[in-house]
Amino acid sequence: MMRPLMDREWFAPVVAPLVVGTLLLGLWQFCCREFQIPIYLFPAPSDIAQSLLENWPDLLHALGSTLKITFAAFALATTLGVATAFLFIQSRWIEMSLLPYAVLLQVTPIVAVAPLIIILVKNTPLALTACATVIALFPIISNTTIGLRSVDPGLLAYFRMNKVGRAQTLWRLRVPSALPFFMAGLRISSGLALIGAVVAEFVAGTGGRSAGLAYEILQSGFQLDIPRMFAALLLITVTGVVLFGLMVGLDRLLLGHWHDSAAKTER
Amino acid sequence: MNDFSAPITDVPVVDVLSAEKIFANGFRGLAPIDLSIQRGAFVSLIGPSGCGKSTLLKLIANLIEPSDGRVQWWRGDFSKVGQAGRQLAFVFQDPTLMPWARVENNVRLPLDFAGVDKAAARTRVEAALEQVELTQAARRYPRQLSGGMRMRVSIARALVTDPDLLLMDEPFGALDEFTRNRLDEDLARLSWERGLTSVFVTHSIYEAVFLSSHIIVMAAAPGRVFAEFSVDEPRPRGEEFRASARFAALCRDLSALLSDASFASRG
Repeated sequence: MMRPLMDREWFAPVVAPLVVGTLLLGLWQFCCREFQIPIYLFPAPSDIAQSLLENWPDLLHALGSTLKITFAAFALATTLGVATAFLFIQSRWIEMSLLPYAVLLQVTPIVAVAPLIIILVKNTPLALTACATVIALFPIISNTTIGLRSVDPGLLAYFRMNKVGRAQTLWRLRVPSALPFFMAGLRISSGLALIGAVVAEFVAGTGGRSAGLAYEILQSGFQLDIPRMFAALLLITVTGVVLFGLMVGLDRLLLGHWHDSAAKTER
Repeated sequence: MNDFSAPITDVPVVDVLSAEKIFANGFRGLAPIDLSIQRGAFVSLIGPSGCGKSTLLKLIANLIEPSDGRVQWWRGDFSKVGQAGRQLAFVFQDPTLMPWARVENNVRLPLDFAGVDKAAARTRVEAALEQVELTQAARRYPRQLSGGMRMRVSIARALVTDPDLLLMDEPFGALDEFTRNRLDEDLARLSWERGLTSVFVTHSIYEAVFLSSHIIVMAAAPGRVFAEFSVDEPRPRGEEFRASARFAALCRDLSALLSDASFASRG
């Protein structure tokens, strides 16, 4: 027998937000038309959709450009972050000496540093990637370091008792223990890489072939093409959501069967 | 002659020679202790809190070193432990399993450490799981098991090394009485079948009487041996022993000894 649709596990989390979204969009559309709000002040959803279709080739190109920076920065931040974390756990001295600088990097607003990086680094995509990397780096370092240290003391005692060497303890015990922490860092970092890429593009104001979505927003602003501005914004948001979804999927794949954070609780 | 003494030969597995333990903070955990554990014996350490029973067990496991005096294994130093016929295994108070690994991989861990080849390891893991009646759970993860089952996995991980000396630190302390009794029966059977020498820390009078050939009653302030108590009951023992009048009488005697030890511990 078919179960009623309402009882399905996926039904509520998918349909409920969709209903809310549709209602809000409808309200938005209705208000714009009813009060005849000028399109250059606040476009209706239909205007934005139309603009998205009309400017699709340009926007797609910009999206590709921003994505390239985002993924490059994310990959770089992950690699550097994990390497730094491994370095940190080698000795308390290394961590004590380097951690303040990692914090320094984290607390300095990227908007303030970006112009400097863009002046110093001639190659624009490289400069943008560097900015985004700086933003995305810290959560990976701190989470992975905490994870590599968060080893069950009982298991550590068991490994010691069996006279297991450092290298084996690292990959058999520390790395798996760190995985949930690392994944949480990855989730934060993926969002930050996108933010970093967009912020850096804003600061650089780069046009030409490497123009990203931020440049589209800037240009649309200058030209008072507000629907196009919204369309670019929409693409950034969708990218962020997709990135987040990818990270959740990876989380399930790697931790789903054993970690409480990802595993389903049986009722 | 009693039946239980048959497999106990004159070869001492562990000699504690005037070993004492003073911790870094000046706390005197153990006054000098002399103790000899014969092959095939099942020795329980029991006493009030702070009497140093866990400390003594850790000395025997070489997890800590005595401040003075020494401990000998098979009349040699600890470097000989781990050779054929001189295997040591330790079961902690918690199961200390790797949550990311399936039951079979948790049990196989000490064999991986020892570099046992895959086929041989698989046979031994299967045998160990069969002994603790967990064959069905081999492919499951620790989080899917009950507390009693996790403890069984921990015991299987100890048995898979084919130990000659099995050290256990209140392994069933966190379990309910029914589960504990069942595991005690399994342990009694296994240690008898395999001719194990066992040292067992417990808080439970019933558990000590049921399992042990010898019980060391300890007193605190400072930690010391207060009395030695023999249980001259043939092994293997089962449910009938636990229901017998003799069992009740032994428990009463041990209980009286223990309250004397507690009184003596007030310093």
